[in-house]
Amino acid sequence: MSVDLSVSLGTLTLSNPLIAASGCFGYGVEYADAVDLSTLGGVAVKGLFLAEREGHPPPRIVETPAGMLNAIGLQGIGVHRFIREKLPELRDRRAVVFVNICGTTIDEYVELARILSDAEGVAAIELNISCPNIKEGGITFGCSLPGTHNVVAAVRKVTRLPIIPKLTPNVTDVASFARAAEDAGADALSLVNTFLAMAIDVDTRRPKLTNIVGGLSGPAIRPIAVRMVYECRQAVKIPIIGMGGISDPEDVLEFMIAGATAVQVGTANFVDPFIWYRLLDGLRAYMARHQLSRLADLTGTLDATSRQQAWISS
Amino acid sequence: MPVDVDAAVISNTRLSDDYSVLALAAPAIAEAAQPGQFVMLKVSRGMDPLLRRPFSIFQRLRDERGFLTGLTVLNKRIGKGTALLYDAEAGARLQCLGPLGRPFEAVDPPAEAWMIAGGVGLAPFATLAETLIARGTATTLFYGARRAQDLHCAEVFERLGVHVVYSTEDGGRGARGRVTVPLEQALARTDRSIDLRLYVCGPTPMMRAVAMVAAAHGRRCEVSLEQVMGCGLGGCYSCVVLARDGSGAPHHTRSCIDGPVFDATRVVWEALAH
Repeated sequence: MSVDLSVSLGTLTLSNPLIAASGCFGYGVEYADAVDLSTLGGVAVKGLFLAEREGHPPPRIVETPAGMLNAIGLQGIGVHRFIREKLPELRDRRAVVFVNICGTTIDEYVELARILSDAEGVAAIELNISCPNIKEGGITFGCSLPGTHNVVAAVRKVTRLPIIPKLTPNVTDVASFARAAEDAGADALSLVNTFLAMAIDVDTRRPKLTNIVGGLSGPAIRPIAVRMVYECRQAVKIPIIGMGGISDPEDVLEFMIAGATAVQVGTANFVDPFIWYRLLDGLRAYMARHQLSRLADLTGTLDATSRQQAWISS
Repeated sequence: MPVDVDAAVISNTRLSDDYSVLALAAPAIAEAAQPGQFVMLKVSRGMDPLLRRPFSIFQRLRDERGFLTGLTVLNKRIGKGTALLYDAEAGARLQCLGPLGRPFEAVDPPAEAWMIAGGVGLAPFATLAETLIARGTATTLFYGARRAQDLHCAEVFERLGVHVVYSTEDGGRGARGRVTVPLEQALARTDRSIDLRLYVCGPTPMMRAVAMVAAAHGRRCEVSLEQVMGCGLGGCYSCVVLARDGSGAPHHTRSCIDGPVFDATRVVWEALAH
């Protein structure tokens, strides 16, 4: 049986739903010798500011059970060097490039979007309004409903590229932020970024990260992220890119059934840089087992009634 | 290009309560490995610990006919991951990704090579010594530890024909004191006309001290800095060290792909965590 793994994020069609998550895949080119970038549905590159940034001093990561905390601090080469030094190779490797952008003001987001709209080889803009590890910008927009609305609306005015705000889970009601982004003209949503968290060395009584706090990712957060995708699916019509601890094909399927059109894989790529092939094989096997010809048909197919009936009948 | 091998543990030789030498069947990695490169090992099948850990490739293993069959890593039990590795039994399988990182630059004769190792910092030097000796380069190992019984695997180097200079902090073997004691004496004795390359790996304060000594004597020195790493491939930006670029400006530099071997003069030592 021929199977169709493609998914659509508005006008953008991906060959499959697997996207490398921003901050977990460098600028993509680091992996190009090990992995055929064109086999991925997309590559979300490391968050870019207008200018270069050094990020936080190490230690920048610490492991926790089934997860890790990071506080990299958005070290990056800036948008101009990215376009000059990285984008041509990504284009040659036929990667579908999602450029994650971050600013401290709305004007910076607008400027970044303008610059990227003129660059060849950018498939979509992911608006980072959710990084928990920097003092200014980013999450200050993502934690305020007017902030989210205003930054998305301002970027909408200057670009025809698909705009995908990446939402933070560090709010009371993520669905209301999804609605604010949709109302302002977002084409899709990425959710979720990492959970603000902390780890302490009890012998020294010092934080394990230089930044004191960091973002928790990995399998530990997956059930919360799935719930948030499920809540947002009911709140908005635009496609959702789900993420949070995806490590196995079943995890991809779980996010899709909860309402995600595509997914991003981050932390698991650190553990296994060849994970993409294993995930694709697993998706194909599932489709064969369930006689599913189009993977996209799986999105939002959660049956929320059957569990309750089973309980009543027992 | 790195490969990921589901490597069988051939043997795990415990040298002490802390140290072991783990032999892994990974011929593809051994064939591609250059001195100073490392592998990322997944020490458990489960999710705690979740990430792989970096280990220098200690030795390349060969069968009787000389074909490469695998590699060894020198493991010191420090945390959860290294404890699991210390306990690993023959027959177990570990995901092993490599070879990774920028290697040492092995010098040719008439240049001489001096390797300076502290404790588990011995790890990258067996492959380097093998390469240097094969090129006919006169090779010395300055090997320091706290006590004589902490000086493991020295016979690996003596067998290769490396001149080994020992030092222990308690004076139990070789010179008494830090490894810089015999190193400084040897540098002072060595004629300027002899081209020397220093290679160092060990605890950060020791590497820093050696870098200072090397600079004071005008000798070029390469350091192997392995930091806490998330991925080993340049994806996560967690393993950065502050290193100067060509113009002298310091930048957070990924030790997985721009290192782990750096020219010692590039490293901003004050910024390195101890």
